[in-house]
Amino acid sequence: MQKHTIVALVQDRPGVLSRVVGLVRRRGYNIESLAVGHSEQPSVSRLTIVVESEDVEQVTKQLYRLIEVIKVSDVTFDPTVEREMAVVKLHAPASVRHEIISMCGVFEAKVVDVGTTTLIIEMTGTPSKVENFLEVVRPYGIKEMMRTGRIAMVRGSRGHNAGEYIESAA
Amino acid sequence: MSETRTGAQIMCEALIRENVEVMFGIPGGAIMPFYHAMWEYREKLRHVLCRHEQGAGHAAEGYARSTGRIGVCIGTSGPGVTNLVTPIADAMMDSTPLLAICGQVGSLVLGKDAFQETDITGITMPITKHNYLVKRAEELPYVFKEAIHIATTGRPGPVLIDITKDAMQKSIVPNWDVKLNLPGYKPNYHGNRKQIREALRMLAHAKKPLIIVGNGIIQAGASDELRAFAERLGIPVLTTLHGIGALPESHPLNIGMPGMHGWVHANRAIQDCDVLFNIGARFDDRVTGKASTFAPNAKVIHVDIDPSEIGKNVKVAVPIVGDARNVLKALLEDMPAQEELAALHSNASDWMEHIRDMQDQHQGKQQYVNRAKTENMALPPHDVYAGISEMLNLHGNYHVVTDVGQHQMWAAQLLDYNHGPRTLITSGGAATMGFAVPAALGVAVANPDSIIWAICGDGGFQMTNQEMATIMQEGITNIKVAVINNGYLGMVRQWQELFENKRYSGTPLSGPDFVKLAEAYGWKGIRVERSEDVRAAIEEANNTNGPVLIDFRVEREVNVFPMVPQNKSIGEMLTTEADM
Repeated sequence: MQKHTIVALVQDRPGVLSRVVGLVRRRGYNIESLAVGHSEQPSVSRLTIVVESEDVEQVTKQLYRLIEVIKVSDVTFDPTVEREMAVVKLHAPASVRHEIISMCGVFEAKVVDVGTTTLIIEMTGTPSKVENFLEVVRPYGIKEMMRTGRIAMVRGSRGHNAGEYIESAA
Repeated sequence: MSETRTGAQIMCEALIRENVEVMFGIPGGAIMPFYHAMWEYREKLRHVLCRHEQGAGHAAEGYARSTGRIGVCIGTSGPGVTNLVTPIADAMMDSTPLLAICGQVGSLVLGKDAFQETDITGITMPITKHNYLVKRAEELPYVFKEAIHIATTGRPGPVLIDITKDAMQKSIVPNWDVKLNLPGYKPNYHGNRKQIREALRMLAHAKKPLIIVGNGIIQAGASDELRAFAERLGIPVLTTLHGIGALPESHPLNIGMPGMHGWVHANRAIQDCDVLFNIGARFDDRVTGKASTFAPNAKVIHVDIDPSEIGKNVKVAVPIVGDARNVLKALLEDMPAQEELAALHSNASDWMEHIRDMQDQHQGKQQYVNRAKTENMALPPHDVYAGISEMLNLHGNYHVVTDVGQHQMWAAQLLDYNHGPRTLITSGGAATMGFAVPAALGVAVANPDSIIWAICGDGGFQMTNQEMATIMQEGITNIKVAVINNGYLGMVRQWQELFENKRYSGTPLSGPDFVKLAEAYGWKGIRVERSEDVRAAIEEANNTNGPVLIDFRVEREVNVFPMVPQNKSIGEMLTTEADM
């Protein structure tokens, strides 16, 4: 099934995330990742949802049925900047530590914590680059991992300026 | 207007400001402040005390469906509001404007499993158009305004407001100067003109065009425009269960109901047509049968106010998002000149003739009514409907409210609806048994001059007949209940007979003596066991100035035909048991 990246602007009201997630679930679509946070407008939140669906048009139409959903777009085939962050705690005894740190240099990943036998590494990049990095470090032993899920923004002047859709930032 | 009000008083005033006149409900602990306040406003805000919240919800639905105005129901926290869940789901499926007002425990104990606490906003999230939890009295003027706006505009639907007890009790100076802030909610009422012209071009050039109409025509009040448009192009019209009444059944272009229990000629017309123009129906699976085989030769034009309905079940060539009435008006405005149409449409009469031929071949209404199987029966259900139909069309000012099951399909098939939209009130999408008696209560409250026939099976009737007490207490005289009593959950039994080798598992049903039950409630009760007594009983019910129940003891194992078996093409209909 095709994976689609959907960007949605929603009114920042209690329960809105629950509505979005509930709708996607009950219509039978599978969420691969979901990232949510503030947009440039105080009253508007912005979501990036990666969803598996044969019929993504129905997903967007159904999302529009939610009163608090302001704008939904499938940006899968648009030119976008896509980013994801992974924070990984690696098994890193002294013997392999230098090897791992040099690997981080290649991927522009940051070592953010050094323990006696562990390293915590912060890796930010395109989802595929993050995936590559994780492949490379996996043999050392991943003790913990947390990924943020994808966030996406359309390049150039076209996009999702929240201010265009609301009259006043109430 | 800068006087202090309690939250509960604000709720009453907000409803009055939105022209609400009637509410159906039951009090309880958390909602008590609202009941305390509504006493002061009782001249303007009538409260109908129901016997069960499900009854209150369906009554509000009946009120809304028969008028187009918002129906309001009330329940207290916990079981009070969970009892409202069924009518809310029903209103969601049938796009009924409904406002459910719920009491919630105090905000200080919210989330602590307090007495009668239930997360009703969580429970109803998937079955409401929108819902609210209000914890501060200050929010009430805005929330009520927005809630009623959402429930009644665009594609109507149920909205629930859950209000904590302390928000109702708190005294504040309300600010009524509120402006709606709904950047994401802007229903599109006017269809795209280019698409409308394309639709018109396709219809004018079609050889076998067909119109199918649903609830959208009724909700938009577009019956006149529909009639004018169909007549101008001479296109036959199908009315779905919720489209019944959009065009009188006596109209020469009305070819009846399609779908699982629609007419053979109606379904064949869909399979044969080359352009199918759907206005405000949602291609429900009970209409399409197996969707992949539906209307195989047709280009589909679909008008709906809800974009998500277009292309959901059936592939659409020309989508038009808009209000049915506005779109039909635009179509009429852009109509080519009569001469031009005549040139294009020289074969319109052939197509209509073809459909009527199919109708004659595959039997019309009357043949189904009088078919051989029912000849030796003391009381075939069809005879009851013949009597009711005759009386309704004599009387003119009527509403039919049905429950769900065999009797409902017969009510759709066998009664002739010739007196306008909103005359058949039935639970379609959710198909909620127990709908009829309480919904009839709501219809009667809204339409005191109409005569309301609630047609029920003995199964559904026993689910909500406690509202007979409400009807009595309210002094309502214009409700007549016809129980089509066959001692079975009949539609399930029919499927068991046809598809499950007559294993009548869980379907034989006993009941009390319904005549005595009616009398116990203070109603008149009549029993009819023979066809020759049908008309006299109906006349007696009509002439009685008070609620009447007729217990029609019909033949027990009669089936609804024609029928499309589930997941079969609508081209493959069964017309009798012999077709199995």
